Amino acid sequence: MCLAIPGKVVSIEGTEGVVDFGGVKQKVRVDLIQELQVGDYVIVHTGFAIEKLEEEDALETLRLWEELAQYM
Amino acid sequence: MVETEKMVKAITMLADGLPHVKFMHVCGTHEQSIVQYGLRSLLPENVEIIAGPGCPVCITPKYDIDTAVFLAKHGVTVTTFGDMYRVPSTESLSDAKSRGADIKIVYSISNSVDIAKKNPHKEVVHFGIGFETTAPTTAVVVKDAPENFSILCCHRLIPPALLFLLGLGEIDIQGFIEPGHVSTIIGVTPYRIVSEKYKVPQVVAGFEAHDLLMGILMLLKQLREGRCEVENEYTRVVKEEGNVVAQKMMDKAFEVVDADWRALPRIPASGYEISKRYEGCSARKKFEDVLEEFVYDSREPKGCKCGEVLRGLVYPDECPLFKKVCTPMNPVGPCMVSREGSCSIKYRYG
Repeated sequence: MCLAIPGKVVSIEGTEGVVDFGGVKQKVRVDLIQELQVGDYVIVHTGFAIEKLEEEDALETLRLWEELAQYM
Repeated sequence: MVETEKMVKAITMLADGLPHVKFMHVCGTHEQSIVQYGLRSLLPENVEIIAGPGCPVCITPKYDIDTAVFLAKHGVTVTTFGDMYRVPSTESLSDAKSRGADIKIVYSISNSVDIAKKNPHKEVVHFGIGFETTAPTTAVVVKDAPENFSILCCHRLIPPALLFLLGLGEIDIQGFIEPGHVSTIIGVTPYRIVSEKYKVPQVVAGFEAHDLLMGILMLLKQLREGRCEVENEYTRVVKEEGNVVAQKMMDKAFEVVDADWRALPRIPASGYEISKRYEGCSARKKFEDVLEEFVYDSREPKGCKCGEVLRGLVYPDECPLFKKVCTPMNPVGPCMVSREGSCSIKYRYG
């Protein structure tokens, strides 16, 4: 039920946008995201974008993994 | 990319010498990933992962399903997420529809609002279930919903449930793997009280096999170092403060109430009801008169152990009905219906 999938924003008009999920394009509500731009990646839950995916945040995951690599 | 084999080796190394540790997750999507990727079979014997009350469909009270069915039988169009459709109750939504009630499955609450706009002479009630991940979508639509649209609000909150579970004292948990998408909305802070009060480490984790293994690794590392903190593995999505826009909208749209969870006692401050400001959108308020005639039968199916499964006390295959009487084709309890219910996942993946 809490499933949310990532996609790329291809257009925005008011509170709605079109998100491309690897070829499948769908209309989603974007009211919950501030400063959204075409080209941004978002994760979408039941037709609503609930968060923006930022490159630097993704890098933080990688940094965390590298830090723990000392145990591997 | 760190290889799975290396992660498993590190987990084994960190777990070596520790007593038996039990980590609980509270997310159906986590259970799905854990079973699908066979992660339990990769873990050392002394590391156990159990599922808690993480499937919102499974914990939605029978009372609320019966209320939705009652409204549908009294001339209201009820919209529901597909997961909820076949959940057993006195009469499931699916059974009620087969007997003529106007019940429609929607992918999003937006679809439900569209149905209301296209049918201005019909009352439309959306069965609003789900945890903090889904609640903001309800909060968005109440702002400018059409007059003939309302919500049977059954949203539930995860942190109060964690506190309540530990407070019951039935189960000994050494760590929580926290749900990635609930945390996307609420952030990391609301979990702190759980670590402070019960001295358990927690890690917010994503849904890939590597995310979950890393979450387990981080929990073990905290245990090794004697720490009880809330850490975030899913930083590519979850921000420390969560989605602040969503939180502000939820603060306006809802008030926090004591709430029932199916198979659990009432949990203090664990649910959302539509706030006074948007009272016109509350189906309970709008149909107060109609609901006065609603008679509730609280009996649950005999022998069903969904309650114990949801509290992490037994695994699905310890239920006497599992795979014998209770199957996805003929579900007895809610955990066999939802694709994220522990029993349904166990049935499908073994």
